Amino acid sequence: MKYAALILSNLFRKKIRTMLTIGSFAVALLLFGLLSVVHGAFNQGIEMAGADRLVVVNKVSIIQPLPISYKERLLRIPGIKEVTHANWFGGVYQDERNFFAQMAVEDETFRPMYPEYVIPDDQWQAYMNDRQGAVVGADLAKRFKWKLGDRIPIKGTIFQGTWDFNLRGIYHGKRVQDDTTQFWFHYKYLEERENPYWKGLIGWYTVKVANPDDSVKVAKQIDETFSNSPWETKANTEKEFQASFAKQAGNIQLLIMSIGAVVFFTLLLVTGNTMAIAVRERVRDLAVLKAVGFSDVFVLVLVLAESVLIAAIGGALGLGFAKLLTLNGDPTHGMLPFFYLSPQAAISGFVVALVVGVVAGLLPALSAMNLNVVAALRRV
Amino acid sequence: MVRVDGGGSGSSLVRVRGLDKKYQRGSEEIHVLQGLNLDVDAGDFVAFMGPSGSGKTTLLNLLGGLDLPTAGTIMVAGDEITHLSGRKLTEWRARHVGFVFQMYNLIPVLTAFQNVELPLLLTKLSKAERRQHVEIAMEVVGLKDRMNHFPRQLSGGQEQRVGIARAIVADPTFLLCDEPTGDLDRKSADEIMDLIDRLVREHNKTVLLVTHDPVAAQRAHIVLHLNKGVLVEGQSAGDKAGARS
Repeated sequence: MKYAALILSNLFRKKIRTMLTIGSFAVALLLFGLLSVVHGAFNQGIEMAGADRLVVVNKVSIIQPLPISYKERLLRIPGIKEVTHANWFGGVYQDERNFFAQMAVEDETFRPMYPEYVIPDDQWQAYMNDRQGAVVGADLAKRFKWKLGDRIPIKGTIFQGTWDFNLRGIYHGKRVQDDTTQFWFHYKYLEERENPYWKGLIGWYTVKVANPDDSVKVAKQIDETFSNSPWETKANTEKEFQASFAKQAGNIQLLIMSIGAVVFFTLLLVTGNTMAIAVRERVRDLAVLKAVGFSDVFVLVLVLAESVLIAAIGGALGLGFAKLLTLNGDPTHGMLPFFYLSPQAAISGFVVALVVGVVAGLLPALSAMNLNVVAALRRV
Repeated sequence: MVRVDGGGSGSSLVRVRGLDKKYQRGSEEIHVLQGLNLDVDAGDFVAFMGPSGSGKTTLLNLLGGLDLPTAGTIMVAGDEITHLSGRKLTEWRARHVGFVFQMYNLIPVLTAFQNVELPLLLTKLSKAERRQHVEIAMEVVGLKDRMNHFPRQLSGGQEQRVGIARAIVADPTFLLCDEPTGDLDRKSADEIMDLIDRLVREHNKTVLLVTHDPVAAQRAHIVLHLNKGVLVEGQSAGDKAGARS
């Protein structure tokens, strides 16, 4: 602490330069924070996927249905504990930009399959008692200012006509990352209203296995059970399923890492140059410190501390701004339902900033450490 | 008692024997100091004079442990410093040497108080003790009321007085003053020399001073001239006083 004045006062030697360098860190870390949020949004399903759940889809494509009769056969496969199914509805609420996931679900089995979604029993009961009932995530309700009892008309795209729903329940996630932007309604309502083609067909099955370690084995068994049938299946762990979904948008991770690498490399050069100039400008001061008895290592640490402090302040500001910008949630109207800067991402960003601070300050710090006192004092 | 003939007693505070310093400038070898001897006792005030390039500052740097000789030995208060490692020499400097520079060399972003406090940061003194020491040093140099001023808010003479306070605050074994009045007008220079004089007389400090200024040199107990790499005794203030009487 007794050296704090020495470190801090040097930061304010050239205020504008220090502010600009801190600003560079802040902008870079803001970008890092937002990229992490986008990355997290694309991978949220993967992160949050249940380890004990499998998703069974039509082998041809996810948009091809499977017969509802498979449910009983699935339950007979050893290692499978529970089975539920759902259909993608794909309707439009008021405007096409108001995208959110709508699913027709099998009521009795859907709720126990996803214990991470919490809904009060009375609301669930109200939903069960209303054939046109719907349950929505808390974020979705907040987005459209829906409250219990509201009537919600949704225009079908796959399933024609306007479908009216009554909001009977609002669910919350147990974890902050859980997706609370979905819209569920009764499969029975869909089955009743839809044309005969869809009767007895569902979109996909979700299967809970008794032992997560057996997931791969069970998935293989499912696919073997339905091989050579008119509706062959492709079973995957929920994690793999979500990953393949995310991949449809391209290799987001590579894109983000490439942008991040370029930004941090540029930042490294900018900060390194700034620190080099800062050291050159006060060669005499550093020489005086050495002359009065400060060690070479102290001078090295002094310069590094300044560099790291700049990185820490800039990094904290940038990540703080990123957090502020994500507080209001998804700005894309449903494309990125999980728009959240996680503490892990923020900590990673901060650590990266500190590392950049150390690396950028290292060469100038070494040159300060190796400064020849006599030669430096002779400079005018 | 100051001697340059190598015949000083073993009790000298500073004892230099056969000091050589060579520099390489391109292909040319410059022999700055050649077998120089010097004995300085505690409480002595020595002025070194000589033309530019005669090696005065080099000698001061060697005595202060900022540079290493090509040959010869330097002993200060019983410590042989010419063979100390870089780290040990730095520690030795912190304990034994107070530097006063021509250009003051105050750190511009620190206040006078913080500049003077610098050498004390290397000690185990508490914050309160450091403050007490700084206040005493600032009082000695007559700038206690300017402790919170930055160097840019001080005159040249005041800056140099802060420099002197920084040099004495840790109570070093001796002060090395490299042209302390070289950048000052006559009046300020006299004030600085008065202060150095007082440090010797009232606080029994040992001072080794490099100067071009004969008026400043007059204040010393003895003036030594550097000539062709060796020291030659000149006329001291005491000698002159004796001659006048």
